[in-house]
Amino acid sequence: MNALQHLRPAVMMVVLFTLLTGLAYPLAVTGLAQLALPYQAGGSLVRDAGGEVRGSALIAQGFTGAGYLHPRPSAAGTNGYDATSSAGSNLGPMDKKLADRVAGDAKLLAAEAPGPIPADAVTTSGSGLDPDISPENAARQAARIAAARGMGANAVQAIIARYTEAPALGFIGQPRVNVLLVNRALDQAHPIAR
Amino acid sequence: MSGMTWQGWAEIAFTLASTLALGFPLGLYLARVWTGGKTWLDPVLRPVERGVYALVGVKPDQGQRWLGYTGAFLGFSLAGFGLLYLILRTQGLLPLNPQHFAGMAPHLAFNTAISFVTNTNWQSYSGESTLSNLSQMAGLTVQNFASAAAGMAVAAALARAFAANRGETIGNFWADLTRITLYVLLPISLVLALVLVAQGVPQTLAATIDAKTLEGAKQTLVVGPVASQEIIKQLGTNGGGFFGANSAHPFENPNGWSNLIEEIVMNALSFAVFVAFGVVAFARKETRALIAAAAIIVCAAAAVIYVNETLPTPALAHAAHVTATPNMEGEEVRFGAPSTAVWTAMTTGASDGGINGQIESFTPLGGGMALFLIKLGEMTPGGVGSGLYGMVVMAIIAVFVAGLMVGRTPEYLGKKIESREVKFAVLATLILPAALLGFAAVASVLPEALKTVSTSGPHGLTEILYAYSSAVGNNGSAFGGLNANTPWWDTTLAITMGLGRFAYAVPVLALAGSIAAKPRLQPTAGTLPTDGLQFVLLLLGVILILGGLQYFPPLALGPIVEHFQMIAATH
Repeated sequence: MNALQHLRPAVMMVVLFTLLTGLAYPLAVTGLAQLALPYQAGGSLVRDAGGEVRGSALIAQGFTGAGYLHPRPSAAGTNGYDATSSAGSNLGPMDKKLADRVAGDAKLLAAEAPGPIPADAVTTSGSGLDPDISPENAARQAARIAAARGMGANAVQAIIARYTEAPALGFIGQPRVNVLLVNRALDQAHPIAR
Repeated sequence: MSGMTWQGWAEIAFTLASTLALGFPLGLYLARVWTGGKTWLDPVLRPVERGVYALVGVKPDQGQRWLGYTGAFLGFSLAGFGLLYLILRTQGLLPLNPQHFAGMAPHLAFNTAISFVTNTNWQSYSGESTLSNLSQMAGLTVQNFASAAAGMAVAAALARAFAANRGETIGNFWADLTRITLYVLLPISLVLALVLVAQGVPQTLAATIDAKTLEGAKQTLVVGPVASQEIIKQLGTNGGGFFGANSAHPFENPNGWSNLIEEIVMNALSFAVFVAFGVVAFARKETRALIAAAAIIVCAAAAVIYVNETLPTPALAHAAHVTATPNMEGEEVRFGAPSTAVWTAMTTGASDGGINGQIESFTPLGGGMALFLIKLGEMTPGGVGSGLYGMVVMAIIAVFVAGLMVGRTPEYLGKKIESREVKFAVLATLILPAALLGFAAVASVLPEALKTVSTSGPHGLTEILYAYSSAVGNNGSAFGGLNANTPWWDTTLAITMGLGRFAYAVPVLALAGSIAAKPRLQPTAGTLPTDGLQFVLLLLGVILILGGLQYFPPLALGPIVEHFQMIAATH
């Protein structure tokens, strides 16, 4: 094969590709994005009144307090919710470890509130960083949050409703509740006494 | 949340229909780019294009014979591999690396470099804990463009071969590469990267951001130039994620809109290559039959996956009080079963390999369908360029089979298909299963390979089959439980990826040379029509028999057995 005679243009072409598609293109997108869409380009950061970064609206946090909406279980990193180590459980449908984990979580959730437990509440997401839960999952937690914060269940439900998004055009994607945004709104409306 | 819904079916139908609809105008534009015709981007891009030719020192109008074209294709891939390998090994010494990531180990760098050069984008590593922003941009993003453009160039050469009448040359590789990148890949990526940023995909040179969670814990967020890589990852059917979780990661794919855009983009250009082939090879009607065959398979696959992902799995069915469907393990709330099903059919049908849910956790036939689509040979619609030439190879085998039945020398698109062409076509289609089944058979009994397979039984077999199928089909998706970052897996998968790309493309280019040299014939009463329903059915038969039946025994021992185990366990 005459690959060698093509090596000079090949090397030149790879160098040009690197300059054009590896540096000029991503830097141009970065410049334009930072200029026109700084919030999204920076990672949709959620800040408090003092400007401190409290997370990203797109990345789950491992809330455990009774006064907070809880996210889905997570397989990211050793203890879950590790944003430097996105991952699913990769347990197969017939895996006993999966069945045991789901049964254990379901037992805890059944003790917490009555009624059916939606599938998303006992399954880990593909990324381990799913920022959302289903509206049914959120509704199940409203009474617990209201009791822990000493606020009305209706007020909690109103906040959940505010951060519930319907599918685009009514059928693209699924309805979802953003956990971090609900919890921030809860803290603003009715801070937990510390 | 529950089982199947009309919204779910509407989403699947809408996604596939809009992808196909966009493929046609995009294909007409691509045909103009292939033939050097005028485009509205000329005022800006012509000078850049001429500059590239001058710097590289090539004459764009000088046609290459198939050997010259192949040499350029291989030389370009080799040089790309070399530079990428170098960057990955030495990233510890290079700038834009605030996390101080060390260079990759030799076997991992070898695997990753081959993976991205062959348009596979199999990832034995997790991006956010392994790669600096420089490696992501100047290393991986470059090959996201380069491997896609090279695949489309091969398809352009094949189209010219059919158009030629006793021709000697099949185009100029350097001109094809340059024009496809400048006029198609770069402008679309530039615009749609910004659309993705608007949906929430980060685009910054920062690498990490420290946050204090509402409950007071420390959280480290990984960001970077994600959008610019995400869009070409999909447009070029590459599939290699910025993050380990790929497009299931909310930063790669934040909502329903970003998901829809990424889905459309990962199949539209592959279909567009079909359309452009039809224009350039003077075979629009015949190409519609190829498109129909590809579309029928990918639509059917999406439906099968959706039906299966809404079946109850034992873990959910047996836990008290739990709503047993859909199977949300490994899936994101914002997508649910329908978005995940249609994405998975499109990504495995198109040799993309990006995922928006973890296929390892799918139901047996949901994940099995993904595996089956890869095994069909990645032509439904396949990778950009590679899908088209895979489908043309199948069409050649189909007319050959039909010719045997009636005892006539077969023709395809005005060219006589004789022993030489059939040999090249069969050679291409035989190397892939030989590599896949050979390595999978060895890995199934070799302790060194088995020690990083995450589970035993049928699911473990599927995990092994999936890895080699994904590599040979240049897909890149995985049953993620497999830890493939070991010398055995990195090396054998790298070899399989190389064979899947080059042991297919080189016979195709040889085929192109042989086809180009033949006279163009007018169809006669004895010519098998290759544009109607009859041919679509014949082609589907050949694809399913060739691609499907040779893999039936391992499929039966893997996903099919597991499916019946699951049905038994949930009743």
